[in-house]
Amino acid sequence: MTESTHNPPSPKKKEPTRRDFLLLTAGAVGAVGTAYFAWPFIDSMNPAADILAQSTVDVDLSPIPAGQAITVVWRGKPIFVRHRTPKEIKEAEQTPLSQLIDPETDQDRVKKGHDDWLIVVGICTHLGCIPTGNKPTQTRGKYGGWSCPCHGSLYDTSGRVRRGPAPLNLAIPPYTFLTSTQIRLGVDEVAHG
Amino acid sequence: MGKLANIARWIDYRLPFFSFIDHELREYPTPKNLNYWWNFGSLAGITLVVMILSGIFLAMHYEPNTKEAFDSVEYIMRNINYGWFLRYLHANGATMFFIVVYIHMFRGLYYGSYKAPRELLWILGVVILLLMMATAFMGYVLPWGQMSYWGATVITNLFSVLPFGESIVEWLWGGFSVDNPTLNRFFALHYLFPFLIVGVVILHLIALHQHGSNNPLGIERKEPRDSIPFHPYYTVKDLFGLGVFALIWSYFIFFNPNFFGEPDNYIPANPLVTPPHIVPEWYFLPFYAILRSIPNKTLGVLAMVSSVSVLFFVPWLDTSKVRSATFRPLYKWVFWGFVVDCFILGCVGAYSPDHIYASLGGLSNQTLGQVTTLLYFTFFFVALPLLGIYEKTKPLPKSLSEPILQKKNIANVSASIFCLFMIGSLSPLYGSETPTLPRENWSFQGPLGTFDRTELQHGFQIYKEVCSTCHGLKQIRFRDLAALGYNHEEIKAIAAECKVEVIDDEGNVIEKPALPTDTFPNPYKNEQAARAANNSALPPDLSLITKARAGGPDYIYALLTGYEATPPKDVHLAEGLHYNPYFPGGQIAMIPPLSEGLVTYNDGSQPTINQMAKDVVTFLSWAAEPELEDRKQTGYKVLIYFIVFTILMYFVMKQVWARVKE
Ligand code: FES
Repeated sequence: MTESTHNPPSPKKKEPTRRDFLLLTAGAVGAVGTAYFAWPFIDSMNPAADILAQSTVDVDLSPIPAGQAITVVWRGKPIFVRHRTPKEIKEAEQTPLSQLIDPETDQDRVKKGHDDWLIVVGICTHLGCIPTGNKPTQTRGKYGGWSCPCHGSLYDTSGRVRRGPAPLNLAIPPYTFLTSTQIRLGVDEVAHG
Repeated sequence: MGKLANIARWIDYRLPFFSFIDHELREYPTPKNLNYWWNFGSLAGITLVVMILSGIFLAMHYEPNTKEAFDSVEYIMRNINYGWFLRYLHANGATMFFIVVYIHMFRGLYYGSYKAPRELLWILGVVILLLMMATAFMGYVLPWGQMSYWGATVITNLFSVLPFGESIVEWLWGGFSVDNPTLNRFFALHYLFPFLIVGVVILHLIALHQHGSNNPLGIERKEPRDSIPFHPYYTVKDLFGLGVFALIWSYFIFFNPNFFGEPDNYIPANPLVTPPHIVPEWYFLPFYAILRSIPNKTLGVLAMVSSVSVLFFVPWLDTSKVRSATFRPLYKWVFWGFVVDCFILGCVGAYSPDHIYASLGGLSNQTLGQVTTLLYFTFFFVALPLLGIYEKTKPLPKSLSEPILQKKNIANVSASIFCLFMIGSLSPLYGSETPTLPRENWSFQGPLGTFDRTELQHGFQIYKEVCSTCHGLKQIRFRDLAALGYNHEEIKAIAAECKVEVIDDEGNVIEKPALPTDTFPNPYKNEQAARAANNSALPPDLSLITKARAGGPDYIYALLTGYEATPPKDVHLAEGLHYNPYFPGGQIAMIPPLSEGLVTYNDGSQPTINQMAKDVVTFLSWAAEPELEDRKQTGYKVLIYFIVFTILMYFVMKQVWARVKE
């Protein structure tokens, strides 16, 4: 730090610059190398190749009667597949956006022409608990959708959050209707089916 | 700048971290004449850190359970991102660690670095070596291959010579044989021991810094100009050494990763079959040779234990007042003789006791082992004590700065050349014990080789149409076939041709077409079914076959093409067996699998037996090493990087040291 003060300009002035250059280059090369060395270690903790590949699940919808729901596992997460009654659909469609915590229309949350099917990721957007209401014996809460046992969040028949602390609506996984009674989770319409 | 300095000062006043670093790493006065042999201490330290790091990341994916362990290692190799890199880094790292530490110790022996006041420094080093041996041994068990299992069995059985040996061994195993409890505890301890090593390394460094490094002249420093600060002189020299070391290590990781390994360890552990030729890892071979050279169990174990523990007493066995071999004309030669002796012991350990060296006039391995064992102990118990008394040493220089000593020591150079020559002349000791295999030209061999895509696809066709009726390929998933050049739709179609069993909603086992994410199904329901269908022979799974046989692809090729319809007269074929000179024992249950025109290649090329064998072996080599192309490509980048790094560090070193030379 104090070196510069007792470094009088000398005839050898050229030398330090070449030396500095060499040191800088060496330092840079070392830093780049260290970063590259760290990457395989970090990347090894990412999902492995086979886990990434295991990304689609086909679900048969025909056995689910209106008003009921099933839970399927996709990428290790519970997916709620719910066959909605006309009344539930109407409720969901007629809720004014102004009453919503995370405003979103019901249309945007179902596939066109398949609005009797609501398919959401069954994980509460607050801190990750599984809301109840998917089984007939479970309470669905005031809004007829799901209710989270952990901190009391309530969801409606469109899977939208109606009472906190959850900040967001239940997420919609990527899926495609293969036929009117079969869906494939993990691929969106645009992708090859 | 000023702020930072203030914070540093605030911390340092309370926790003298910065002054400690400054004192012990930067200004730490070091003899100015250390040569490159002094690089190996820091290299060992760096290797330890890399081993711990790679080990922790491997442990995140490894399953310490006898049912899962082998496959989980393959899972790491095939599915975890850079898993092959981490595993090969770690496996070859063990080898590198021992090379570095052995050189470090030989350096200490040559320059008398264990003499007063550095006895404890040396002893702590021996403790580190012992901990390393235990760690390496337990680590080798974890992949749960045949060598892992039988190595564990043999080594733990050494304890049976102790009083109450039987109970001790059962206590070590946690059962009546090496089994799941053993694997579990070895994993736990394999994770723990490196941190014990770190602890002892810290003690080793504290002891080192008490009196500072020894040096090639072996005399203490007398005046300030004998010393230079550790930084930047030795930091940069160590970095240069690190560059060279990393080049060698990388070569093995990326281009020859199984060089130090045993093919048998790619066969899953089987408690009912011992491999015909079991050997420990190379770094244990000399000690193993000593164990075997004595034809009595208790005495053999005793000899082996003493061959390591004698190192603890070296500071007192060596009676010489002079440290460095530079001034000990006799010891110098004795030392190099000892080095050569250790190498020969290593070769002896690699062969079975009744191996005969034709090139050495029919000398038997047993005799050679006994002679070299005797020489090994002679060095410690005769040469070291007596030389100190009778040897006439050369006059010592007065100080490290005495200019007369800058000239090259001719005797030194010639002694090391002699040693290298002797070690080189040992090469005839290394000879293959299996019949020599005809060498094929493989598309994937050599540092530049890549798999020939046509051969891969043809080979896969042969596997599918011929081999797969008896042999599984359980480590491969259908989607892996993308590497052969198939697209998603083709892979889906290939997978759908195979059936897998799943459980339906009512709990029944049903058959379903396989998905690309499924692994290749096994042709048999279980081992019993496989044996029943094959005259009680078990068709091995082919996922790793080219890695699991000595000779690799050449061996499989020779086996496929080497059937002889009429066996030699002295061979009596057992019922249902076929003669094949390349198969150990010559009699194999597999019927000759290939015949002219067995398959039809859709590109119209000729399916001759040789061509089919070549294709299928190429395919199986890919199955065993799907990472091969990726590995080599990464390897080139790494090598180029370290060449640049090393050259740069060399010039930085020259610049920095220019100030010392005058
Ligand atoms: S996790 Fe559902 S409300 Fe907190």
